[in-house]
Amino acid sequence: MMTRKRKAFKWLTTAVMGAISVLFLTPLIWMASSASKYEKDVMVYPIQWIPAHWNFVNNFKEVWMSNVQFGLFYFNSLKLAAAMTLLTLIVSSMSAFALAKLRFKGRNLAFGLLLSLMIIPNEATLVPRYLLLKWFHLYNSHLGLIVMGMFSIYFTYLLRQFMIGIHNDYLEAAKMDGAGYTLIFLRIMLPLCKPILATVGIIKFIWSWNDYQGPLIFLISKELYPIPLGMQLFKSEFADNVSLTMMASLSAIVPLLLVFIVLQKQVIQGISLGGVKG
Amino acid sequence: MLAKTMVRAGIPAYQSQRRFWNNERKETLAAWLFLAPEVIGVLLLSVFPILFSLFLSFCDWNLVGGLSAIKWVGLDNYRALLDDNKIFMALKNNITYTACVVPVGIVLALLLSVVIHSKVYGKEYFKVAFFIPYISSIVAIGAVWSALFHPSQGPINRFLIGLGIANPPKWLADTNYSLTAIIVIAIWAALGYQIVIFIAGLSGIPEELYEAADIDGANQAQQFARITLPLLGPTLSFLIITTLMASFKVFDLIAFLTDGGPNESSTVLVYRIYDEGFHNFRMGYASAISWLLFLIVGAITLITWKIQRTKVEE
Repeated sequence: MMTRKRKAFKWLTTAVMGAISVLFLTPLIWMASSASKYEKDVMVYPIQWIPAHWNFVNNFKEVWMSNVQFGLFYFNSLKLAAAMTLLTLIVSSMSAFALAKLRFKGRNLAFGLLLSLMIIPNEATLVPRYLLLKWFHLYNSHLGLIVMGMFSIYFTYLLRQFMIGIHNDYLEAAKMDGAGYTLIFLRIMLPLCKPILATVGIIKFIWSWNDYQGPLIFLISKELYPIPLGMQLFKSEFADNVSLTMMASLSAIVPLLLVFIVLQKQVIQGISLGGVKG
Repeated sequence: MLAKTMVRAGIPAYQSQRRFWNNERKETLAAWLFLAPEVIGVLLLSVFPILFSLFLSFCDWNLVGGLSAIKWVGLDNYRALLDDNKIFMALKNNITYTACVVPVGIVLALLLSVVIHSKVYGKEYFKVAFFIPYISSIVAIGAVWSALFHPSQGPINRFLIGLGIANPPKWLADTNYSLTAIIVIAIWAALGYQIVIFIAGLSGIPEELYEAADIDGANQAQQFARITLPLLGPTLSFLIITTLMASFKVFDLIAFLTDGGPNESSTVLVYRIYDEGFHNFRMGYASAISWLLFLIVGAITLITWKIQRTKVEE
């Protein structure tokens, strides 16, 4: 039961938290505001939160249509993130299926070994992976980055935990009807896993989209750059132009922000999965 | 109907017992085929690399001349690590960074989550608002903060000067404050992730416990200490482990904003790997740093795992 006093208190905390959340988002508000200004107004103090003179369109044109090929960076990011997401889903769901639903000797051992390999930090294998890419002639190529980004034991683990919860009756019934394992996997397992595949897919997409370390080390050609590296290029070329840099940052963030706002339930659920099951 | 299916399925199963490819073997083969892509990928991109970098860490090699130019130098790289001032700085910075980011981040996130979870209207809005920095590209975030932290014109220093501080720090360009600035940005960017995990944990605590405590007259602080905190144990340890690990692997913000500088004041282990490996092409030395990192991360994993196990046994 909520007494009136309690209700009032709840409204009060809501107001205080509202103020904190706005304060928390100040840097991003400042970014959007600066991206809409003339350069000379950006560093004016006290800050003009709402530009006195709007310059959004010109800044937008400068970022998107000048010689820094922002459109191309976008395309590259989209291509890389989509490919990595799709391939990770395929690879991880296949091994998750074997680990969750197929009976074979050494299954628990294989699962345990796979999990224990998660402690190898990607950062500690940068040098040998760079050499591998060189040897396979995949250095400075999108394919090389995609191969690096398509294996994730963590996602396999999440998918396996979900698949274990699926009742064996579905699989047994299909087996009785003479279905092979491939058919069972494609026609029964994957459709039943749609929610978790969507959740895991979105998370993987966000991580791949924002990956900076991989492209930084494994790419050199500008025309292959995804957005994070494009931003870096932008920063070095327009270091003194804050309004343009902010427009570029805004452009880098907005698409993912929209995806997140539309799919927030799945994103938040996907992030929580790791924590709850620990 | 059921009997029919059983008979239908039973006969071939019985016959196949005598063949080499009986059902059991078929299932095993299928399982390994399904596992194959991941197993091959992990062997090639994790297991082989970590072993190869162990080998390289005992060698001297700058890529020139190919594999045949690799020279075995024994423990030289590891001895050099001990004398390397940059490595010393990196370790010190990694430890400072961890000692700030882990406790401050987690305590802040815990307080905010408890309030968001049960003390406000519009819980969904707050989750989304605090989560936005986490999904934003770290590079875009870095660009914003580097403008905010600008030594002479940035809003932060203008504000500090307004407060009467005559010589505010130069933040990212200041040997004494570059790491502080990085830490502030890192805590800000990861807060939303920690809040989401905490709220998931809080949602698992049954409401009845609080109602019962209310009836017994326990106040908010008591309820937090006696109910919330103990039941949040697994979530808390999960977050501590993941943020600890992430802290030792921190790289992106530093590479984008400071290049480890000024004067190595914000350098960290992964940045040293990057610098020695891909700028100086000292592949052997970079591998030795990689193994140092691997051993630290491995030790943290084992220690936290041990602590968790003893706690469960209690």
